[in-house]
Formats: sequence, structure tokens, C-alpha cells
Amino acid sequence: MNPWLDEINRISGVNPRKCMKCGKCSGSCPAYDEMEYHPHQFVSMVESGRVEELMQSKGIYTCLSCFACVERCPRQVEPARLIEAVRATFLRQQHNDRMRPEDVPPRLEEDLPQQAITAAFRKYRK
Amino acid sequence: MKYSYFPGCTLKTRGKDLDKWGRAAAQKLGFELEELPEWQCCGAVYPQATDEIATRLSSVRALMAARDLGQDLVTLCSACHHVIRRVNGDMRRNADIAGRVANYLQPEVPYAGETRVAHYLEVLRDDVGFETIKASVEAPLKGLKIGAYYGCMLLRPSMEMEMDDPENPSVMEDLIAALGAQPVYYAMRNECCGGYVALENADYAYRQSQKVLDNAWNAGAEVLITACPLCMYNLTRVKDHPVQVKYFTELLAQALGIQEVSA
Ligand code: SF4
Ligand code: SF4
Repeated sequence: MNPWLDEINRISGVNPRKCMKCGKCSGSCPAYDEMEYHPHQFVSMVESGRVEELMQSKGIYTCLSCFACVERCPRQVEPARLIEAVRATFLRQQHNDRMRPEDVPPRLEEDLPQQAITAAFRKYRK
Repeated sequence: MKYSYFPGCTLKTRGKDLDKWGRAAAQKLGFELEELPEWQCCGAVYPQATDEIATRLSSVRALMAARDLGQDLVTLCSACHHVIRRVNGDMRRNADIAGRVANYLQPEVPYAGETRVAHYLEVLRDDVGFETIKASVEAPLKGLKIGAYYGCMLLRPSMEMEMDDPENPSVMEDLIAALGAQPVYYAMRNECCGGYVALENADYAYRQSQKVLDNAWNAGAEVLITACPLCMYNLTRVKDHPVQVKYFTELLAQALGIQEVSA
């Protein structure tokens, strides 16, 4: 059994067993081409405990949290919550922050809205 | 009618135009936005992990402040709206979150999500009414073909946002029509602009936004309107695109005959 699975289930509140593998989430997903594991596969991999691969995948950073999958899933699985939970469980381990404060200044463009920086810190750090 | 108003951090800085035209238009339409005295940044993204309490507190504080004033809480920024509305839902529906928030804040009067949270667009639709707006238009935007850009945060998840039909929304199109312009429907009006990845993965956000703009242009839109400074940023980063992007409040103010306001 995977050591992180309980934590992911706990903080996501998602039950991947509700998934009927219809693929509607992946069909709706604007990040589809940017993820090595598409939303329906992501759900299925959590169900079978393949969390470590997901933690190392870039899809946990390319999910846009647009909630199209949440809206359109006929089984209320909420794939976006699961993706966020895997990302959070990984980032919350020591040394795993994705972005440090010193990474921000070189990326700043003049009219970047403040919310983008706040959001990045919420999404990429503990 | 007086509302508590949560501008959010970006509307005080890069997104000033969304705020200033919104306030001016409100005045003209006869409702007042009273800025909450000590609001804190909403955090920009809704914390999906159910064990996060600290990241929900600023929303709860704003919600409680509005409750104490006996007012509805109005937001203009899509992101603030999304976060505050969903946290309010958590306070209503999620006893674990509500309990731990209460334990931290120790509020004098318990809070259980009773404040009404309304986006400015909902105030226009439900409280002012598009008929009244139509009658107040002094400079109709005749002939302008405008696409409503909802993006993701205003509408979804609809079970929590409860704002409009998530797949076939109408609030912005009805506003466009009330202002005398022609609403243009296009497939990607409720798809994401790339959102928060703008900082970490700028090219990716660029590609997403370009798709939205191309789709709108092909459907005949000359202008897109948005309620989100991040959508504005992502969409206007796309170089030399013929579609213009404006805050909806700017066009509203323009149609109401408001010429100039100081920020
Ligand atoms: S929330 Fe993430 S996984 Fe779901 S549709 Fe949007 S980008 Fe895809
Ligand atoms: S839409 Fe829902 S039920 Fe269908 S594959 Fe995705 S998560 Fe499973």
C-alpha cells in the first residue's frame, strides 16, 4: 500500500472508486496535451495506488484548476481536487517547493497582476 | 442599496480600471459599494485541500464583516469572487472546516455562511435589472460586436458558484445587449485563459489565451469583455491580436455616458 494514499484521500475528499471511466473529464480538459496522465487516467492511477508516478509528473503543475472536469463529471468524482491533493502532498514534503521567492523577480512582466504571484505561491509552495 | 465591497489586491494595483469604472457605474445606477474597512487578500486561488484553514480565513473575515454590517458582499474580480463564494459554501456545508475556522477565530457571533455573496454582474442582473440599465444608457454601443469572456472562475463549479448556467451562460450577453451592442457567442467563452500558470509557464498560458482569442475572432467578435485581471493579462499578452480585451465595467461606464473618473 502506498504511504501517501490515505493522506490524499483525506485532504481531497475524493473517492476515485466512484469513477466509471467514461473519459468525460479528459475530453473536457484544456490541459490535456500538457499532461502525461490525463484526468481520467489520473483518477484511475490514484485508485490503484500509483501515486509516486503522479507526484513526479508535470501534470500536477499544468492542471489549470479550471474545474471543467469537476463540472462535467457525471459521477461527481472531482478530478481537480485529486490532482491538487497529489500536488499538495508532494509539495508539503521538505525541499519540495516548486517555486521560491527568488524565482519570481526574473519572471515578472510589468503588468503582471498581483493575483498571479499570490496564486503561484499558493499553488507551488507549502 | 448599499453593499459591502471587497475589491481585492489586484484591483488596487494592476486592475485599477476594473474597479474605477465599476464604482462610477454603480453610482450612476444608484447603488453604493462601501469598501470593507480592513479586508485582506483572498489568496487568489480556492484552497481545494479540505485541511487548509489559514488560507480560508481572509474570506471568512470579509464575510463576517459584511454580516455584521447587515450587507451583501459584492466582488468585481472573478478570482476573489470564486474564492469567497466557495469558502462561504464551506462554512455552510462543511462542518469540519467551519468548526476549525471557528476554533481559530473565536468569533463573538458564530458564522455559518449566512452572508449573501454577489458578483457585480449579479447585482446588475438581479438587483438593478437589465431593463433599468437599458433605460439608463446614454451612449449605446451600437454596432459593436462583443464576446463575453467568462473564463472558468465565474461559473464553475456551478453547484457552488450558483451564478448562471455553466455551459450556456447569459448574464454577460444580456448586459452586452442592454448596452446596445451585439453579443457574439463563441465556443470558448467559458474555457480557461491559462490562469495562474502565467508566472511559472508563460508560454503555456500564452497558447491557451491565443486559442480563446482566435475562437472569438472567428465567431465575429471585435471586443471581449472580462471580469478578471488575470484573464486580462493573459489575453492581452497575445501579440498583435485583432480582438481587443476590455473590462466589462469600462464598457458599462462608457455606455452610461460616464466620461472620466479619477482612479
Ligand atoms: S481542472 Fe485541471 S484536470 Fe480538470 S479540466 Fe481543468 S485543467 Fe483539466
Ligand atoms: S468524468 Fe468522472 S466518471 Fe468519467 S472518467 Fe472522469 S472522473 Fe471518471
